[in-house]
Amino acid sequence: MRRIYLDHAATTPVDKRVLKAMLPYFSEKFGNASSLHSFGREANEAIEKAREKIASLINAQKEEIYFTSGGTESNNLAIKGVAFANRERGKHIITSKIEHHAVLNVCEWLEKQGFEITYLPVDKYGFIELDKLEKAIRKDTILVSIMHANNEIGTIEPIEEIGKICRKKGVYFHTDAVQSVGKIPVDVEKMNVDLLSISSHKIYGPKGVGALYVRDGVKIETIQHGGGHEKGLRSGTENVAGIVGFGEACYLAGKEMKREILKQTKLRDYLIKNVLKIKYSRLNGHPIKRLPNNANFCFKFIEGESLVFQLDTRGIAASTGSACSSKSLEPSHVLTAIGLKPHEAHGSLRLTLGKENTKKEIDYVIKVLPEIVENLRKISPFKGKWE
Amino acid sequence: MTELYPKEVIKHFKNPKNVGVIKNADGVGKVGNIVCGDVMWLYIKVKRDKGGEERISDVKFQTFGCIVAIAVSSMLTEIVKNKTIEEAIKITKEDILKRAGKLPPIKIHCSVLAADALHEAIYDYFKKNNRKIPEELEREHKRIKYDLEILTKRHKEYVALEKNILEK
Repeated sequence: MRRIYLDHAATTPVDKRVLKAMLPYFSEKFGNASSLHSFGREANEAIEKAREKIASLINAQKEEIYFTSGGTESNNLAIKGVAFANRERGKHIITSKIEHHAVLNVCEWLEKQGFEITYLPVDKYGFIELDKLEKAIRKDTILVSIMHANNEIGTIEPIEEIGKICRKKGVYFHTDAVQSVGKIPVDVEKMNVDLLSISSHKIYGPKGVGALYVRDGVKIETIQHGGGHEKGLRSGTENVAGIVGFGEACYLAGKEMKREILKQTKLRDYLIKNVLKIKYSRLNGHPIKRLPNNANFCFKFIEGESLVFQLDTRGIAASTGSACSSKSLEPSHVLTAIGLKPHEAHGSLRLTLGKENTKKEIDYVIKVLPEIVENLRKISPFKGKWE
Repeated sequence: MTELYPKEVIKHFKNPKNVGVIKNADGVGKVGNIVCGDVMWLYIKVKRDKGGEERISDVKFQTFGCIVAIAVSSMLTEIVKNKTIEEAIKITKEDILKRAGKLPPIKIHCSVLAADALHEAIYDYFKKNNRKIPEELEREHKRIKYDLEILTKRHKEYVALEKNILEK
């Protein structure tokens, strides 16, 4: 059976060129980057080269990039690290209701440690309202953490403006850019960010590696103590092969970005246009200010897990924000934050494109999806009586 | 994804039995799951057999919910078909769970939905026929009604939809 992968917001395949770059660093160039001998030095060199590639993709200085194990760790380090290093100045942190759990749950944990968190609401598209942010900043606010692009609905936040406000108020600004880096232009100077989280496996790099950008001069302390790697901010022997792959992935993403944005936006809009022909469907997020590869829909009267399963049996890999597919039985916090009722969020479907997807594949989805929705609606008590 | 659930669940989800509406149903059970928001409607037709016993001669369902919710709905209809009312009252969520196989703990609540729908349908049948309602059924009915009220509050739109359907 043909298999179509449309869940690139979850993870991406490792690009073959990335894998090729990584391979020598397992058995041949296996050195510990901290070692003084030639084995160590060649590993260290590879890491520094990767660091440059990552810095260059987001217009940062090489010295401002710290390797981590991925997006979750980067978010933990950024938020906890800044919180604890600046707690003499204040204990107030601002974030949004639609952050990834790797931000939300860090904030919730910090609340238990005596910090105060403001969770900003968003509008129906998922945008932060700038005046609400400005009003929320207090004298004791030490950090604002707002994501660049949302992982579920793809909404791209007005990061430059948010950065400006934080700069003006003298508050550190962190952004979780796990979904945006490598997909759309990210420039830490233009965006006025002080800290920025990146993950490798969302951009055709290997899993288990990521980075945190920390602007020179930002007061932050480590949350992982040990041998003092990464200038003492993140101890632990570097994942050399992973870092090399991550570097290569960033390089390729930068090189191919323009082409991919054009191609995927076109495919995405074609997909959206056709899927919305299904009755009682809607698009979640903003029609234009969204990631080039993200489409998120709701289909009334049906439930997302059933839908994802049926798509899977037809070879299409997708995901849902339905309560039934989550571990908590709560529907997606993002979909409820943009005003969807629980049963609407129940019927959500996320399709996220990647560079290997073709129009032919999208045509197949467009053909199969309406049938599946129709079949599930036949089972639903809410359908069939008022068409 | 088929590995997530027992074979029996997947079988019923892919090919659910007894989907639909019975127009002149003798009893209708409409239940909502307070935990996750799933909704199930169950219709039963009751006939007296040669021995004079009341039997569920036909049963149909409609379910808004996940894989397991749809699968257990379908299983329930197979379990209760041709059972006497007396037997059907005794069917519990454990009976449905036994049939479903080993479910992930978080999905066990789905089986409650099916058992509730059955008991509500029988309750409705008794009510329509001015019959004395067994104490236990009455107690369950109160709990289910309470759950549904909470759910209805949460999902106001459901009510509007239902009204829409009933008026037509």
